[in-house]
Amino acid sequence: MDLSTQETIKRLVDQHGAEALLVVLGAPDAESAGIAAETVVLGDPSWAGPLAGVQLGLPVYHILEDELRAAVPAEVWEEQVGLMLDVLEVDDIADAVREFREQAST
Amino acid sequence: MFDGKQVIVIGERDGIAGPAIAACVQAAGAPVAFVATECFV
Repeated sequence: MDLSTQETIKRLVDQHGAEALLVVLGAPDAESAGIAAETVVLGDPSWAGPLAGVQLGLPVYHILEDELRAAVPAEVWEEQVGLMLDVLEVDDIADAVREFREQAST
Repeated sequence: MFDGKQVIVIGERDGIAGPAIAACVQAAGAPVAFVATECFV
C-alpha cells in the first residue's frame, strides 16, 4: 500500500478512532487484497510504511463481497462495479480479506 | 452494515478504481472519509 495512503489512514484513525471507520478495497486479486487487508488490520507487512507494526484492527471488506453488494442499491452496484464480478476471482479475494477481517474482530 | 462509520476507500487501477467504490458507498448512505486508487506492484 502506498506510503501516503498509509499516512492518511493513520491520521484518520488518530482523528476519529478505529471504531468510527471502515475500509473498502477494490484490489484485483487475492494477493493484493490480502496485503491491503493485512495492512489495515495488523500493520504494513512490508515494514516500509507508517503502519509498520501498527495494529489498527479496522473492519475491512472488498467491494465485490456479498455484504457490500447487499448494502448498495442494486442499480448503482451494477453500474459501477458489477462488470468486474465476471472478471475477478471474487471467492479467492473474499477469502483473503475475510481472513484478516476476522482477526480484527477477535 | 456501515452503522454510521466513515469509509476509507482504497481502489486499485487494475481492479476497481476508488471513485467507483466511493459511488457505491455513498449510494448506500455512508460518508466517505478518503478515496485512493493505487497501483499495486
